[in-house]
Amino acid sequence: MSESVAQGEHTGGMAGVAADWSSDQRAFKGVPWHKAMMWIFLLSDTFIFSCFLISYMEVRSTTTAVWPSSSEVFALTIMGNSIPLVLIAIMTFILITSSGTMAMAVRFGYQKNKNMTAFLLIVTALLGLSFVGMQAFEWTKLIVEEGVRPWGNPMGAPQFGSTFFMVTGFHGFHVSVGVIFLVITAVKVMRGSYDNERPGFMTGRKGSYQFVETMGLYWHFVDLVWVFIFAFFYLW
Amino acid sequence: MSTATTMHDETGHVPPAEVEEVELYHAKTWLGKYVFSQDAKVIAIQYGCTAIAIGMVGLVLSLMMRLQLGFPNEFSFINPSNYIQAVTMHGMIMVVYLLTALFLGGFGNYFIPIMIGARDMVFPYVNMLSFWIYLLSVLILVASFFVPGGPSGAGWTLYPPQVMLEGTPGHEWGAILMLVSLAFFIIGFTMGGLNYVVTVLQARTRGMTLMRLPLTVWGIFMATILALLAFPALLVSAIMMLFDMLLGASFFMPAIVSMGEQLDHSGGSPILFQHLFWFFGHPEVYIVALPAFGMVSDILSVHARKAIFGYRMMVWAIVAIGGLSFIVWAHHMYVSGMNPYFGFFFATTTLIIAVPTALKVYNWVLTLWRGNIHLTIPMLFAIGFIFTFVNGGLTGLFLGNVTVDLPLSDTLFVVAHFHMVMAVSPVLVLYGAIYHWYPKISGRMFHQGMAQFHFWITFVGSYAIYYPMHYLGLMGVPRRYFSMGSTDFILPSAQGLNEFITIAAIIVGVTQLLFIYNLVWSLFKGEKASDNPWNATTLEWQTATTPPGHGNFGKELPLVYRWPYDYSVPGEDIDFLPQNQPPRGAG
Repeated sequence: MSESVAQGEHTGGMAGVAADWSSDQRAFKGVPWHKAMMWIFLLSDTFIFSCFLISYMEVRSTTTAVWPSSSEVFALTIMGNSIPLVLIAIMTFILITSSGTMAMAVRFGYQKNKNMTAFLLIVTALLGLSFVGMQAFEWTKLIVEEGVRPWGNPMGAPQFGSTFFMVTGFHGFHVSVGVIFLVITAVKVMRGSYDNERPGFMTGRKGSYQFVETMGLYWHFVDLVWVFIFAFFYLW
Repeated sequence: MSTATTMHDETGHVPPAEVEEVELYHAKTWLGKYVFSQDAKVIAIQYGCTAIAIGMVGLVLSLMMRLQLGFPNEFSFINPSNYIQAVTMHGMIMVVYLLTALFLGGFGNYFIPIMIGARDMVFPYVNMLSFWIYLLSVLILVASFFVPGGPSGAGWTLYPPQVMLEGTPGHEWGAILMLVSLAFFIIGFTMGGLNYVVTVLQARTRGMTLMRLPLTVWGIFMATILALLAFPALLVSAIMMLFDMLLGASFFMPAIVSMGEQLDHSGGSPILFQHLFWFFGHPEVYIVALPAFGMVSDILSVHARKAIFGYRMMVWAIVAIGGLSFIVWAHHMYVSGMNPYFGFFFATTTLIIAVPTALKVYNWVLTLWRGNIHLTIPMLFAIGFIFTFVNGGLTGLFLGNVTVDLPLSDTLFVVAHFHMVMAVSPVLVLYGAIYHWYPKISGRMFHQGMAQFHFWITFVGSYAIYYPMHYLGLMGVPRRYFSMGSTDFILPSAQGLNEFITIAAIIVGVTQLLFIYNLVWSLFKGEKASDNPWNATTLEWQTATTPPGHGNFGKELPLVYRWPYDYSVPGEDIDFLPQNQPPRGAG
């Protein structure tokens, strides 16, 4: 058996998976602890967002009042023309772009290119920050101009406002936390914590550029969730 | 004859280390060692003590309910409001704050690292935060006893709309504090749970494959995965309900007239809450049961000096139960008014889950069969568990079928069923496990006489409490009622049974104080325990010191050569071979 395991580490496909899982020490070979933990956390977080979105669909289909038309509610008047969903389109574009800069940061991180990694992390953080900023603008507009409240709105079903604030608020919270950790990661990169393996405060584990990738996993997840929120909330 | 040797792969070869060992953080101050400790074992004891402390509150609440049911209106300090508040708090405390926390936070923290041959959890600092957030959630829960209106009285399931209607006790503050407390519990648990899963997957010692894990670890591991995927539904429902209560939203609140007034809510769906709640609530049953399954397997094997029967089947049964537990939730909702076709589906899945569960019971019994059974205290509890679990499982067949469930719904039959299957059964395992591992954790043996007394009163007493309750339920006696009023279908003799149950409950309840006294007494006066008093094979008994120090093992981590159930191997001098003992000739 030991022979087959030793060979199994190099085989791909299902045989490789079986060999990894029946081996000792680690089920995911070459995966650092923080990365494995992030994946499992994201799985758990997926269940949170799924529950939010399924609940949203449920209340939307059972409520008796008419559901406001999202393309009208989320329209901006620019130079006298009402353009539906324009702000959301820009926000989505920005967030997807930030996924790109994040991926580049991971690549430069593995090349141990300190300046580029930190620069791209900061760019990602700034893009995330502008996303949250636009979200704040959107919320303000809905609350102040449209009169949307968690308990009701002039356009129709009261659940429209409460689900909107809850789901986008929970997502915005994720983005904000991500921005904070992006800045922390950038500072660590600049400080050289990942070059000289300085232990992290929360993890207590030696610093490594793999932490940039783990940060990236979270960020991409937040982007992916936005795609679903965008589809189910704004396009439906 | 040769079952023990054919079950596992006995080779002298242990693969080389894949990663270098990580350095441990050694606290320098007393505060860092014993209070804000990052050592999983200290965190486990903190979790355990907090859980048992809040569990005692839950026990007192249950006795309060029993006093009213056995001797209606004899006690002026029990009124309809605080009776239903006791029902609510008893349920929530026992299920979440005692059992989940003790099994996963307590036993998980102590035994995952040490049983898989790791020095600690993968991220000890996060693990420490997990406990402090859990403690905060317990304090918030306790605070709800002292706010105006008292704790929530909506039943532990917190069903809307009644949870927030005027007239339900605790609708002002109690329910809000309960939801906030649950949210903190989930955050804290997630921090710990991620640690447990990653530690099992990625931090095992050399030679420790997944199929060499003791079943205790398998049970806790799978239960943690269930918890990580089930608690999100509870978190979401808590957030949505807080929106309804604090911001006037209507997720769960339909248009409703309360106290002659039309409320401001409209268009919400109370059934949605029930789906979310039970999507958490049913896996929660297995979050409590799977660690118990695992631990009882180990206890039975050690004290019967025999390999667990069908190890691989036991592992796959744990995995199968874990998977199935996510698609049975609506069997709690047969009378909720959901689509009846759902009832058909969920009854089918519910009965399917009996297959892997029954398989486990057969394997436990077959482990005992022709074993060298030592009737030690842990073994008594383990055997008691098998009886109780079979009893509770059989009544589950009644409640799992829609047509049989409808008349039994909301009667004491349901109370008897789930107390047998998920209260008494796991608690018997908990006691067995505490007695089993007490020598390792404290370094001292517990007092035998007190433990014997504790077992027999608890075991026989549980039956005295819950057997009669089945009859009351079949008669139609409803649960959660403060008093029965003048109902024709409840015979006068029911009152006699209720009195009997209450007296039994008081005796059992008081006996639990003896258990706690035994733990404390033995800590100081108990006989010194050897490193391996039960002659067990798993790694936690092979530590250099008892209790194990920070880092669990000595300079070198143990190498694992065999599965954890090498008991009574034919041709060997002693009747157990520890997991880290090399095969003969391999040196």
